[in-house]
Amino acid sequence: MHYTVGDPIKDAKAPEGPIEDRWDKRRFSAKLVNPANKRKLTVIVVGTGLAGGSAAATLGELGYKVKSFCYQDSPRRAHSIAAQGGINAAKNYRGDGDSIYRLFYDTVKGGDFRARESNVYRLAQVSVNIIDQAVAQGVPFAREYGGLLDTRSFGGAQVSRTFYARGQTGQQLLLGAYQALERQIAAGTVEMHTRHEMLDLVISDGRARGVIVRDMVTGEIETHLADAVVLASGGYGNVFFLSTNAKGCNTTAIWRAHRRGAYFGNPCYTQIHPTCIPVSGEYQSKLTLMSESLRNDGRVWVPLRKGDERPPAEIPEDERDYYLERIYPAFGNLVPRDIASRAAKNVCDEGRGVGPGGLGVYLDFADAIRRLGQHAVEQKYGNLFEMYERITGENPYNVPMRIYPAVHYTMGGLWVDYDLQSTIPGLFVIGEANFSDHGANRLGASALMQGLADGYFVLPTTVGDYLAAGPFGEVDAEAVDEAVGQVRSKIDRLLAVNGDRTADSFHRELGKLMWDYCGMERTEESLRKALERIPELRKEFWENVKVPGDGEGLNQALERAGRVADFFDLAELMCVDALHRTESCGGHFRAESQDADGEALRDDENFAYVAAWEFQEEGGPVLHREDLNYEYVKMTQRSYK
Amino acid sequence: MKLTLEVWRQNGPADRGRMVTYQVEDVSPDMSFLEMLDVLNERLILNGEEPIAFDHDCREGICGMCGMVINGVAHGEQRATTTCQLHMRHFEDGETVTIEPWRAAPFPVVKDLVVDRSAFDRIIQAGGFISVPAGSAPDAHAVPVRKDDADAAFDAATCIGCGACVAACPNGSASLFTAAKITHLGLLPQGQPERDARAKAMVEQMDVEGFGGCTNTGECTAVCPKGIPLDTIARMNRDYLKAR
Amino acid sequence: MTWTDDGPLRSVRYVTATINRGSATAPVSPPTPGKPVHTAPPGKLGSSNGKKAVMAVTGAIMVLYLVAHVVGNLKIFYGADTFNEYAHWLRTVGEPAVPPRTVLTIVEIVLSVSVLLHMWSAISLARRARRARPVKYAARRKSQASGYAVRTMRYGGVIILLFLIWHLLDLTFGAVNPAGAEGLPYDRIVQGFAAGRWPVTVFYVVALVMLGLHLRHGMWSAFQTLGLAHGRGYRPLKVTAAAVAVVLVLGFLSVPLAVTFGVVK
Ligand SMILES: Cc1cc2nc3c(=O)[nH]c(=O)nc-3n(C[C@H](O)[C@H](O)[C@H](O)COP(=O)(O)OP(=O)(O)OC[C@H]3O[C@@H](n4cnc5c(N)ncnc54)[C@H](O)[C@@H]3O)c2cc1C
Ligand code: HEM
Ligand code: HEM
Ligand code: SF4
Ligand code: F3S
Ligand code: FES
Repeated sequence: MHYTVGDPIKDAKAPEGPIEDRWDKRRFSAKLVNPANKRKLTVIVVGTGLAGGSAAATLGELGYKVKSFCYQDSPRRAHSIAAQGGINAAKNYRGDGDSIYRLFYDTVKGGDFRARESNVYRLAQVSVNIIDQAVAQGVPFAREYGGLLDTRSFGGAQVSRTFYARGQTGQQLLLGAYQALERQIAAGTVEMHTRHEMLDLVISDGRARGVIVRDMVTGEIETHLADAVVLASGGYGNVFFLSTNAKGCNTTAIWRAHRRGAYFGNPCYTQIHPTCIPVSGEYQSKLTLMSESLRNDGRVWVPLRKGDERPPAEIPEDERDYYLERIYPAFGNLVPRDIASRAAKNVCDEGRGVGPGGLGVYLDFADAIRRLGQHAVEQKYGNLFEMYERITGENPYNVPMRIYPAVHYTMGGLWVDYDLQSTIPGLFVIGEANFSDHGANRLGASALMQGLADGYFVLPTTVGDYLAAGPFGEVDAEAVDEAVGQVRSKIDRLLAVNGDRTADSFHRELGKLMWDYCGMERTEESLRKALERIPELRKEFWENVKVPGDGEGLNQALERAGRVADFFDLAELMCVDALHRTESCGGHFRAESQDADGEALRDDENFAYVAAWEFQEEGGPVLHREDLNYEYVKMTQRSYK
Repeated sequence: MKLTLEVWRQNGPADRGRMVTYQVEDVSPDMSFLEMLDVLNERLILNGEEPIAFDHDCREGICGMCGMVINGVAHGEQRATTTCQLHMRHFEDGETVTIEPWRAAPFPVVKDLVVDRSAFDRIIQAGGFISVPAGSAPDAHAVPVRKDDADAAFDAATCIGCGACVAACPNGSASLFTAAKITHLGLLPQGQPERDARAKAMVEQMDVEGFGGCTNTGECTAVCPKGIPLDTIARMNRDYLKAR
Repeated sequence: MTWTDDGPLRSVRYVTATINRGSATAPVSPPTPGKPVHTAPPGKLGSSNGKKAVMAVTGAIMVLYLVAHVVGNLKIFYGADTFNEYAHWLRTVGEPAVPPRTVLTIVEIVLSVSVLLHMWSAISLARRARRARPVKYAARRKSQASGYAVRTMRYGGVIILLFLIWHLLDLTFGAVNPAGAEGLPYDRIVQGFAAGRWPVTVFYVVALVMLGLHLRHGMWSAFQTLGLAHGRGYRPLKVTAAAVAVVLVLGFLSVPLAVTFGVVK
C-alpha cells in the first residue's frame, strides 16, 4: 500500500474530568485577550457558510479585525443556504425525554463510534444556545398556534428535536448569520472579500499567518496576512462530480492547507443520501436532494424481472419487488440512509433499475394516495412533488417518482483538536471542512448544528486563547514569495497545457471512477483499481487539459481546472484511507466486512481510531492514529432487521 | 432540439459588449437551462473560444446566484422559477432565445452575463439585521410569536437576493428586495426596536446605490422566483413614512 | 470598507501585475463596485420614497378636486341659469365672512402647488429611473404584470398637463373661447364645444381617456405608496380605482359630448 505509519496522536487536548464539565473547564482556562489588544489582532476567515459566517460575525463583534473570504458574489450564497431539513438541538421543548445526554448518545452511536466523546458532548451542550441565538436574530422557525417553536423528529430519531423553517432551514439560518456578518462589515470590524478564492496558506515560523487568494474578477493574486487563519470552506463531496453540493464546492482551501502540513482526518467517510432525483443524461451537472421525509409514505420498489421495460402502471403487484420491505421487514422503507442507499445500488447492479441508464428505483405514492387521499399527500409533500415535476417533467401523483442515491456530505476533513485547531498552530478549521464531530456517519440535521456551534460559540473562545499569545510579529517574506510563486506557477501551468479536453470532462471521469470504485461500496480490488487509474488520469489531465483565456479577469474555466487538479490529489488520499480501513463503519462500507445479513461490520479491535493523514511529497501519506476511547457510551453493533 | 441563441458577450466592465449568435444542437428537453449553456461552453472551449461567463452555484433555486434575462424576461417566462430550475422542455425546437444580463446601473456587468450585485449587500449593511451579539440571546421561548406573523415573516424571508426584481423593474428599483427584508424583520417582535431606523436606513441606501424609485408597476413580483408579494412594498413605505 | 481605528490591516500586496502567459501586464484596477450615483437624500421627502409620497398626496388632492368639479359640471344639464348661478356661487362662497373669491383663490393656490409638486416629483423620479436603467434589453420586453395604464403614466401625465393649459385658456380665462373672456360660463361651454369646433371636443375626449388611465393606476398606486394598502389581495383596491376612474371620465365626457351632439344648447 502507498502509505507509511507515523507516530500516533497522543493528545487531542480535551480537558479531563466528568464529561459535563469539560467545556466549562476549557472556557475557564482559556486565556482572554484584552479589548485594546483585540483591535491589533487580525483573523482571516475563509468561507461564509454557517460556520464561517457565524465565526466572522462573532469575532468581529468581539473586536478582532476580521478578513472574510468567499468565492461567491455575496456571503449569503454559501452552500449552507441549500440545507432543507432542519437543525437539531437538545431543547426538550416537547418534554418527550430529550436531553443533552441523549443527543450526545445518539450522535456517538449514529456516528458508528468513530467520533470523540468530548467533542460530541460539547456539541450537544451548545446546541441549545444556537436556537436562542437564531431566534433572537429573527430566523423564522416554524411555530405552533400558541406562538412557540415547532419541532419534528428527523432521520429516525425517537425524539422531536429538529427545529425547522419549512424546507429551507439552511437558508434561514444562513441569512441570520449573513445579516450579523453584514452588520459587522458596516461597523468596520469585518473586511469582506467576495469573489476571492483562497489558493494557498502562508506559514511563517511554524504558524499559519495568511492566505494567498485570487481576485476572481481581476485575476490579481493577493496576499493577506493575519495572526490566525480559520478555514470554513465546506465539504468536498464534489470530488464525485455529481453530488447534492453546490457546483462551486471544492477542496482547494483545505487541500492546500493539508499540503502545507495540516493532517487530513478520515478522508474516506462519505455520506450517500438515498432520495435524490436520478441522473437524466450525460449533460447532468448536479443532483438534487429530495427530503428524506418522503420515505415516510412512499414505497420503494423495482420490477422483479431484469430488463422489464414496461411503464410502472403496467407492472402488476406480483411482478414488483418492494425490496426494502422484503429485506428489512421491521423498518421497511425507513431504514437508515446508508442501508437504503446500498440496497438501491444492489438492485440496480442486478439490472433491475428503472429510468435512463437503469439507475433509479421507484418511490411510489399510489398506496399513500389511496389511503390518505390526494389532498393529504399534497398537504404533506406538495412542494417536493412540485420540485420533482419541475426537474423531471413527470407528475408524481400519477407516475411513481424515480430516486437514486447521491453523494451528500463528507464526514472527513482537516484534523482538529478539541480547540478546533489543526496540526498547524494558528490554523483553525470549522464546519464541514474539519473532520468533524460526526464520526463515520452524520445524523440528519446535525451539520447545521455543528457549523453554528463551531462558529458562534466554540471557535471564538479557543481562538482567543491562541491569540492571547500574539501578535506574532513579522511574517517571513520568503514564505510569502514561495506561496505566491506556487500559486502563480500552478495557474501558468494550467493555462499553458492547451490540450484537447476540458477540465469538466476530466472531473466527470474522475467522479465516475470514484463513484464506481470508492463510492457506496468499496472493495480492496476496486480501491486498488482506483489507485491505479487516478494517477494515470491525473497525468493525462496535466498533459491534455484545455483552459481557454488567460489569468487576467474573470475566467471560470480556469477556476474549475484549479479545483479539479486538487480533487485528483484528494481522491487518491480518499482511496488510500478507504483501502487501509479494512472494516465497515458508517459512511464507509467495505464489502469484505459485513455480517451474514449484509450489514456493516465494524472492527473495533483494530480501527477504533481517527485516521489523520500527513502529506508527504514523496513516498505517500503518513498515517497518524488518534485512538478513540468510549467512557460513557458502550460500543454496540447496529441492527435494523 | 435545436436552438439559436443570441447571447450578450462583454469581455469586461470596460468592453462595449455585443449580441453573438450561437447554434446549439442536441438539446435534450430534460436539460436545465444552465446545463444547456454548459454544453455550449464545453464546445466553445474545445473550439478555442472563450466560454460564456455566467453566475451559478447551488443549481437548485435557493442560493440566488444565477440569473439572466431570457427572451426579455428575468429568469425566463416560466413563473416562480430561477434560471437554474428552468428546463429546456419549455422551449420549442428551432426557437431563437435571447440571453442578456440583468440591466441596471447599480448592477454593472462584470463579464458576459455576470453582474455585480454587491449593492444588495450594502442595503443589508445599512440595517437589514437584528443586533444581537452571540451568547447574549434570551431563551428562544421567552418571546412567543403569533403564527400568522411568523408565517408572513417567513414568506418575506424567502427572498434569495437574486436581483430579478431589479432587472425586471422599468425603473431599476430595488424596492421588492428591500421591502422583503424590512417586512421579514419588521413583523417579528425581535425586530421592533430597530424597526424605524432599519426602514429609514435601508430605503435611503437604495437611493445612494442609484436604484430607481418604485412606481408600482408590479413587474418585480411577477418575475420573483420566490413570489415575494407586493404588499411588502406597501409595508416598507408605511414604515419609512412613519419612521422618526 | 474602511477601518474605523488605527489604519489599514497589515496586509501586503505582493503581486500587483496580473498573470498571463509570459509577460506581466499593467495592474488591472478592480471595477468600482456599485459606484454611488447619488449621495444620501436630504431628508425624508427628498428620497425616492418621499417624492413618491408627495406625488401621491398631491395626486389625491387633485382627485378630490376633480370629484367636486365633475359634480359642478353636471349642473349644466339643469340649464343655463342653474349653471351660471353655481359659477357665481363659486366666486362668492363664504361671503360676507370673507372677501369675494377667497375660497376659490385658496383652491386655486392649493391646486397650483399640487400640480407643480406633482410634476416636480414625477420628473425627478423619471430622470432617476432613466439613470438606473440606462441600457435597454435587446429582446422586446414582455410585460409580465402591468397593463397599458401603468406604461402610460408618464407621457399620459404630459398630455394631461397640455390639456390643463388649454382648458384654463379655454374655459377659465376664455382666451381661446368663442364666448371670450367676458362670456358667461354656460356660454363658454356651449360655444366652446359647438359642433363646428369638433376638434376641441376630440382633444377633450383623448385627454380625458388619458386621465382615466392615469387615475386607474394612480389611485391604487397612491394607496400603495402611502402604505395604506393592506393584505395580499389588491383586487378590491384596483377594481375600486378603475370604477372611480370610469365614473369620473364618463361624468366629464358627458358635458362636451352633450354640447357637440346638440343635447345641451
Ligand atoms: C442539499 C443539502 C441539504 C442539506 N440539508 C441539511 C439539513 O437539513 N440539516 C443539516 O444539518 N445539514 C444539512 N446539509 C449539510 C449542511 O448543509 C452542510 O454540511 C453545512 O451547511 C456546511 O456548512 P459550512 O459552513 O461548513 O460550509 P459551506 O456552507 O459549504 O460554506 C463554504 C464557504 O467556503 C467558501 N469557500 C470554499 N472554498 C473556498 C476557497 N477556496 N476560497 C474562498 N472561499 C471558499 C464558500 O464561498 C462558502 O462561503 C445539507 C447539505 C446539502 C448538500
Ligand atoms: C400635470 C401633469 C401630470 C403629470 C406629469 C403626472 C405624472 C404622474 C406620474 C409620472 C405619476 C407616477 C406614476 C406611478 O406612480 O406609476 C403620477 C401619479 C399619480 N398621478 Fe399624476 N400626473 C399629472 C397630473 C395628474 C392629475 C391632474 C391627477 C389627478 C387629477 C393626477 C393624479 C395622480 C395620482 C393619484 C397618482 C398616484 C401617485 C402614486 O403613484 O403614488 N396626476 N402622475
Ligand atoms: C370635459 C369636462 C370639463 C368641463 C366641461 C370643464 C369645465 C370647466 C369650466 C366651465 C371651468 C371654469 C369655471 C369657472 O371659471 O367658473 C373649469 C375650470 C377648471 N377646470 Fe375644468 N372642466 C372639465 C374638465 C376638467 C379636467 C379633466 C380638469 C383637470 C384635469 C379640469 C380642471 C379645471 C381647473 C383646474 C379649473 C380652474 C378652476 C379655478 O380657476 O378655480 N377640468 N372647468
Ligand atoms: S425579491 Fe424576489 S426577485 Fe428580488 S431578489 Fe428577492 S427573490 Fe430575487
Ligand atoms: S417592478 Fe418596479 S416599479 Fe415597483 S412594483 Fe416593482 S419595484
Ligand atoms: S444557481 Fe442557485 S439559485 Fe440558481
